[in-house]
Amino acid sequence: MAKNSAKDIEVKAFATHHVITQPNPLRKVLRRVKTPDMDDPVARAEQALAALSGEFKDWMAIEVDRLSAAWTAAQNEGFNDKRREELFHAAHDIKGDAATFGYPSAASIAESLCRVIEHAPNLAKVPAELFTHHVNAIVAIVHENTRLDSTSVSVELSRRLRKVADDYLADVNRDRPEHLEAILAPSIVPAE
Amino acid sequence: MFRIDFNKLRFLVCDDNPHMRRILRTLLHSFGAREVYEAEDGATALEMYSHYVPDIVITDWAMPIFDGLELAQMIRQPESKGNPYAPIIMLTGHSEKRRVTVARDAGVTEFLAKPISAKGLYQRILNVVANPRPFIKTKTYFGPDRRRNTNSAYMGPERRVGEKHEVLQQPSLLDKAKSSI
Repeated sequence: MAKNSAKDIEVKAFATHHVITQPNPLRKVLRRVKTPDMDDPVARAEQALAALSGEFKDWMAIEVDRLSAAWTAAQNEGFNDKRREELFHAAHDIKGDAATFGYPSAASIAESLCRVIEHAPNLAKVPAELFTHHVNAIVAIVHENTRLDSTSVSVELSRRLRKVADDYLADVNRDRPEHLEAILAPSIVPAE
Repeated sequence: MFRIDFNKLRFLVCDDNPHMRRILRTLLHSFGAREVYEAEDGATALEMYSHYVPDIVITDWAMPIFDGLELAQMIRQPESKGNPYAPIIMLTGHSEKRRVTVARDAGVTEFLAKPISAKGLYQRILNVVANPRPFIKTKTYFGPDRRRNTNSAYMGPERRVGEKHEVLQQPSLLDKAKSSI
């Protein structure tokens, strides 16, 4: 269903480009329903996600163990490409997943850690405490089971770590305008 | 009001994180989808793309072997034997504007920043189903029209050579349906 035949595809050629149009190959899956429609697929999906949420704590523990292991390996072996990639990937996954799993502060701290890894000009020169504090904070939030930020401490911890990381990055990137611009640019994710 | 018959759609989900794949699978099945194929890296996804011919691809950015960006570039090969037009939704933890631009220039149709929500995913799918954009082919780009807002008064350096009649809009199904009422 996903592909039209070649005869359905219309190509208009212009000086610098071609514009290609075709009948919408997915048109058959769209249907009109009478309002009010009692079937709400979004609500149904949210319910299914809620039913799955009992597993989120275990999933989060796995992600945190991965992050801790990556940081330990980087400490032992230094920041070669493999170790840098492992640590970034572990932090990046927590940044993306933790809010869904009910740990938004852990996601914020992981984002801060990702920014340090991505924008520090030389990871070997980054104070080890900056990494340790980020990793330990995420571990503590998850192991202390502060889901949904039931304690304001995790929110405050997240805010302060981000401030320290941003100050550090602004300082070490003062002669690297492209990084400075990326660091200072707002996130496209709407604030809570 | 419009609904999507998800049971007629075939999805390919590509994410190296098994937890995120499970969440995506749960959401898509809850929407009504039956056919959801999963890949944990870009290479496997490309193979599955050729084999299963999905209607919609949902991919992460950061993945082993080759990433979601490279996957999009490989799908968007105008001379390929496969389907280079399938909608690609990039679901990623990257949340910087410049990443959106890079993804757009790789031929990604929609960008969805994590954390994922049922509503956000549904809206992206509805958009690619109901409002497909024409494809543009230049020397350096092949993919959905990157200009969502056509400004005929724009005369800057990035204007395509020619005048406003060169930009052809594919009418959206929603607009068509509304005008037929």
